[in-house]
Amino acid sequence: MFDLIKRLTQSFGVSGNEEEIRETIINEIKDYIEDIKVDTLGNLIATKPGKGKKIMVAAHMDEIGVMATYIDEKGFIRFSNVGGVSAFISIGQKVKFKNGTIGTVFYEEKLEDMKNLKLSKMYIDIGAKDKKEAEKLVRIGDVACFVGDAVKQEDLVISKALDDRSGCAVLIEAIKRMPQTDNEIYFVFTVQEEIGLRGAKTSAYQLKPDIAIAIDVTDTGDTPEAHLMEVKCGGGPAIKIKDNSIICHPEVKKLLEESAKKINIPYQYEILEYGGNDSGAIHIAAGGVPSGAISIPCRYIHSPVEASSLEDIENVVKLLVEAIK
Amino acid sequence: MYIKELTELNGVSGNEDEVREFIKDKIKDLADEITVDSMGNLIAFKKGKSGKQKVMLSAHMDEVGFMVTGFSDSGVIRFATVGGIDERILLGKRVLVGEKKIPGVIGSKPIHLQEREERNTNIKLKKLYIDIGTDKKEETEKLVSLGDYVAFHSPYTEFGEGLVKAKALDDRVGCAILMEALKERYECDLYACFTVQEEVGLRGAEVAAYTVNPDIALVVEGTTCSDVPGVEKSEYSTVLGEGAALTIMDRTSYPDKNFVNYIYELAKRNNIPVQFKQTNTGGNDAGKIQMSRSGVVTASISVPCRYIHSPVSVMSKKDFNSCKDIVIAVLKDLGTKEEAY
Repeated sequence: MFDLIKRLTQSFGVSGNEEEIRETIINEIKDYIEDIKVDTLGNLIATKPGKGKKIMVAAHMDEIGVMATYIDEKGFIRFSNVGGVSAFISIGQKVKFKNGTIGTVFYEEKLEDMKNLKLSKMYIDIGAKDKKEAEKLVRIGDVACFVGDAVKQEDLVISKALDDRSGCAVLIEAIKRMPQTDNEIYFVFTVQEEIGLRGAKTSAYQLKPDIAIAIDVTDTGDTPEAHLMEVKCGGGPAIKIKDNSIICHPEVKKLLEESAKKINIPYQYEILEYGGNDSGAIHIAAGGVPSGAISIPCRYIHSPVEASSLEDIENVVKLLVEAIK
Repeated sequence: MYIKELTELNGVSGNEDEVREFIKDKIKDLADEITVDSMGNLIAFKKGKSGKQKVMLSAHMDEVGFMVTGFSDSGVIRFATVGGIDERILLGKRVLVGEKKIPGVIGSKPIHLQEREERNTNIKLKKLYIDIGTDKKEETEKLVSLGDYVAFHSPYTEFGEGLVKAKALDDRVGCAILMEALKERYECDLYACFTVQEEVGLRGAEVAAYTVNPDIALVVEGTTCSDVPGVEKSEYSTVLGEGAALTIMDRTSYPDKNFVNYIYELAKRNNIPVQFKQTNTGGNDAGKIQMSRSGVVTASISVPCRYIHSPVSVMSKKDFNSCKDIVIAVLKDLGTKEEAY
């Protein structure tokens, strides 16, 4: 599992630029599932045909990142966020552009109060001598992801983009382990989740499933002085009850609870008071789709050191397979 | 070019009739079929020679403005904004109220009567009112009803070197370009959509895109231009006079990269000035169109406009022409090759 997560998290795929991660995923699944297609927005849809229920399972391929907006005379690059990027977390990080160019993120030193730190007061240094040299490597509109190696320590995996490559890993494992079933299952690796659940919306419209389950990471409340939240890293798959984008359908919630009990794995409930995920766009698409979500507890979301329990991820695979078979 | 006529018409979001009627009349002989849908979107269909592709061109007819929300005993009108307006620019502006276009001015307590603190803070919308020259509530109510629309009053003026000052350049420039584009014949099937209610949430475009169900969409807009004093060069969105601006990403859409590059290269090949919009702020109809149904290949091209959403928006005719030329060049090229674009 860790090796798969490593391959996935280290692939490039900032929202709207999911080409590389899509190829990585296609390579992982092509020997296990025949019907693979890519739609207009770039969603990767792998279908296991069947005559039973039409089930959509979604995990997003994209990750947060930054976009070059301006290059000054000295070759420093100004940037804006793609998805939810914190200025504070970005300080002192490395970013990597699609062509491999590495840059370091820092801030204008004349800044008097750290509280006023904004992305517009920060820049990327790619070591170019001047504008002309910088432009050989980076063009306005180019995107970069944060650099964050994948590391395994005991049960913990630390990496950039566990949000939501860990969910992609769950879908890939589910494809490989899927037992015989009549259900028609759409494994959808969506695009542009981080900038507005966009790929999920268009893919759900074209698939018109009977039921949908999104697999994504969620925040935890188990770190020092954390906000109050019941979800714990290592506490098992989190069955979503609600977030800001969806109140999960009771039938889907029940299906997930019963499946977890049946295979005797630990599980917890997730009530997220902010944020949302693909299920939020799917449940109101194409006339409405009963939807729910299984969340992977993850600390430090949207940083280069996101951290999850490998056992949790393994249990999410088991729960998903049991629920959709 | 109908910029003068178009910008002097009033079409605050939800009340686009005047603009729609004008456009409809001017394009009636240029399209094969013209429909108005339930929201008020005007959709002009022009059949292509091969019809291999279904292309949606989109520009919104509506503009930001105001709505009457109440009357004071002294006869002045209370109002709300429709769409995004900076309330600090409103004091002392001329407006036209309701269907009868009754002239009015936006007023507030004169400086002589203001307390020190009042002078030092920005005036709030709720302290502003519209004066139409009446002095009793009853008198005002004879002329104006609750819910009446109010538009900026700002005649079209040319100045400088090929510059234009007007209200509602956002997005009558787009409407004017669509009207020009309808004069030509293309390989692709063209749906020129003049949409409603963009300024209050991209509403008309969502409906129009669903109806048209296009393969490819190009949104034509008036966009922000911040090449002005007080703005760092790194924060310029577009520069006046440097050509039409292509959107890389904004708050509502991340246009199709390949389509955007294709448009950029096509403009360069034809020696038409073109620039990229540098900032990622704002949003437009592309957001709804790109995500319509199963997803649509979408891009967005704009005429840079300074002081947008005010009665004194400024654009360069050069940029308008570059935008028009690029739109027409793209339409002429689409469907002429094996690959989509």
